[in-house]
Amino acid sequence: MNWTTLRRHPRLVIGLAATLIFAAMGLLSLIWTPYPITDIAIARRFATPGAEHLLGADQLGRDMLSLIMSGTLTSFTVAVMAIIIGVGIGVPLGLAAAIYGGPVEWVVLRFSDLAFAFPSVVIAILIATLMGPGAGNAVIAIGIFNVPVFAQVARGGALAISTLDFVAAARLAGLSRPMIALRHLLPNIASLIIVQGTIQLSLGILAEAGLSYIGLGTQPPATSLGLMLRDAQSLFLIHPWLSLAPGLAIVVIVIALNIAGDGLRDALDPRLKRQGLTNVAG
Amino acid sequence: MRVTKSLALASAGLLLATSLAVAQPTEIRVGAPLEPPTLDPTAGAAESIDVVVYQNVFEGLTRIDQNGAVQPGLASEWTVSDDALTYRFKLHDGVTFHDGTSFDAEDVKFTFERILADDSVNAQKALYQAISAVNVIDPLTVEITLSRPDGLFLFNIGRGDAVIVAPESADNNATDPIGTGPFAFVQWDRGSRVVLEQYGPYWGEKPALTKATFVFISDTATMTNALLAGDVDGTYNFAAEALPVFDGNPKFKILVGTTEGETILSTNNKRAPFDKLEVRQAMAHAINREEIIEGATYGYGVPIGSHFAPHHPYYIDLTNTYPFDPEKAKALLADAGFPNGFSATLKLPPVAYARVSGQIIASEFAKVGIKLELINMEWAQWLEDVFANKDFDLTIISHVEPFDIGIYANPDYYFGYNNPEVQALNETLNATTDEAKRKELAQEMQTIIAKDAVNGFLFELAQTGVWNAKLEGMWPNAPVEGVVLRDVHWVE
Repeated sequence: MNWTTLRRHPRLVIGLAATLIFAAMGLLSLIWTPYPITDIAIARRFATPGAEHLLGADQLGRDMLSLIMSGTLTSFTVAVMAIIIGVGIGVPLGLAAAIYGGPVEWVVLRFSDLAFAFPSVVIAILIATLMGPGAGNAVIAIGIFNVPVFAQVARGGALAISTLDFVAAARLAGLSRPMIALRHLLPNIASLIIVQGTIQLSLGILAEAGLSYIGLGTQPPATSLGLMLRDAQSLFLIHPWLSLAPGLAIVVIVIALNIAGDGLRDALDPRLKRQGLTNVAG
Repeated sequence: MRVTKSLALASAGLLLATSLAVAQPTEIRVGAPLEPPTLDPTAGAAESIDVVVYQNVFEGLTRIDQNGAVQPGLASEWTVSDDALTYRFKLHDGVTFHDGTSFDAEDVKFTFERILADDSVNAQKALYQAISAVNVIDPLTVEITLSRPDGLFLFNIGRGDAVIVAPESADNNATDPIGTGPFAFVQWDRGSRVVLEQYGPYWGEKPALTKATFVFISDTATMTNALLAGDVDGTYNFAAEALPVFDGNPKFKILVGTTEGETILSTNNKRAPFDKLEVRQAMAHAINREEIIEGATYGYGVPIGSHFAPHHPYYIDLTNTYPFDPEKAKALLADAGFPNGFSATLKLPPVAYARVSGQIIASEFAKVGIKLELINMEWAQWLEDVFANKDFDLTIISHVEPFDIGIYANPDYYFGYNNPEVQALNETLNATTDEAKRKELAQEMQTIIAKDAVNGFLFELAQTGVWNAKLEGMWPNAPVEGVVLRDVHWVE
């Protein structure tokens, strides 16, 4: 991929740019925010957006821009960690299912079906209830749901590729099945996984917001976009801005990620675009 | 055919409209944030039980009025012996329980013996320990003997914990409460509501309401919508942050009253470094009460300087014992051997006032060098860890019992304050019945507790009720746990 490809995929550019802006804002909050997020000052509660507070101040007088920066970081971190769990466990499972078939495949597929049978948020609530609220448990809850998604994607992609001649050639050359998976299948399904990763990233950010909103995710004094929504909820009729700011941030991030995901799919693998991704993405 | 039908419908609608305009409504739906675990107020500590049944379904010998004064209840009058040890109660005649059985002195004896029994599950059993005997003189006279004078006895028997129950029905009161009150229990839809109906043969003055439904809505936003949509007619204590929605709306009125809830930054006095007086004083100086009250209660809380309700006649203002002064706090910390401050945990139960106060206090303490780690807990976990096992540094909690300064005389209480002087004072106070002397003793206790900075004294919770503007007769204050409906009525 080079600049020419990028120019041919404006969706990718827009989505990626918006995502990167938010990610950069989040990362920046590690070293700098306009005000510390634990800095409470009741005197400036509900300050309207202006020169001092670009996005205003919340019900405790905390700077909204700082909160959104820090909240974005939390949301991204939770979603990314959940994807690492999903890829780390799901992709090896999916590859194993594809290359061994038989009982291995059956177990992996039935496990996926089982996980898909429950709505993801219900599973997340169950885990968070059992293990207690907290960002760490939100990561595990969302991560567990990512596992079957990546397993299916990896299996589907690997099956499609393993019928190709170069795989047969590798097998004839005496390469063991795990080595084929590692050397030939994995590199060829990497783009699929990256595309799926973008989608799961946006789902993960939504799930984190949902869990925090019902009080099972991030706990104060840390903040996340969902937690900000929760705090602002009872004030919605009087100070709608406090809900709109984090709400819009979530919407923009999710849309950006989805556009970026679509763009990535087109840019990374024209062959898959022609054949239709639906066949392999599970 | 079609015409006739719509005409009939229209006239029916007209009839309905007319009858609505004429008749004053006699039903009420009260929103309550918590569903009670049971409906037996003598077998549980939860405030939510009393909210539904106290003075509505159940009554005691005495009853507490909306100012916290003791009034005659099922006992029409009483005499006290000179040594303040024997109380003789004359009972009302013609009182029946909702199941039709009659009320007499035997029920009183049964009630108190049930409270004091070894297997009693009464949450406030300790309050009635002074009772040594309950004697039935005749069916309408009962005599209670105390082993020591108890200045709060008449108040305590008016609490929800000592309402009179019948031996025939007491065992089922948890799910099917049978009392003597103006409202009889009708049904309990778990997770949703409890319905009460006026009890026809009630012995006293009949309430204006014929039906009362308590609807359980825990979420603030849902309650706001239910109030705005008219699904509930009011709620007795609503989250302060939601009040601006109703402020200035002519359809609603906000009742601001007092409660018995002293909200404190409870401090583990047995654990280092909080066993050092300078450390506790430093924390007291680091607390900015005004900011906490504004932030956590939207200005509705009342500042306190000791563990005592500001509306009580024995109260003295001690809020200036350790005024907000971060520099002084730093100096005191340095004196105590913490020039760079220290770190501690702050465990917070799941109530908004605690969670928000906790964040504000953490921010205030950070400015003097005390780094607090906030730990949010559910009730069961908080009760276990903090209250039962005393495994905590700091916590924030509202002590809602009326006149509960006595907890500072119990060295085994969860915050572990052990001061023989306060213990001796409390003993004298309990045995004193002379008002002036009691006041003096209570004020001395308040002062010592404030000077020792036992806990961070923050504010007295306010009761902020939101009601339909056409409703009258609700209690603005909460001198005792309960939402008493006997005087509530609709006006035009």
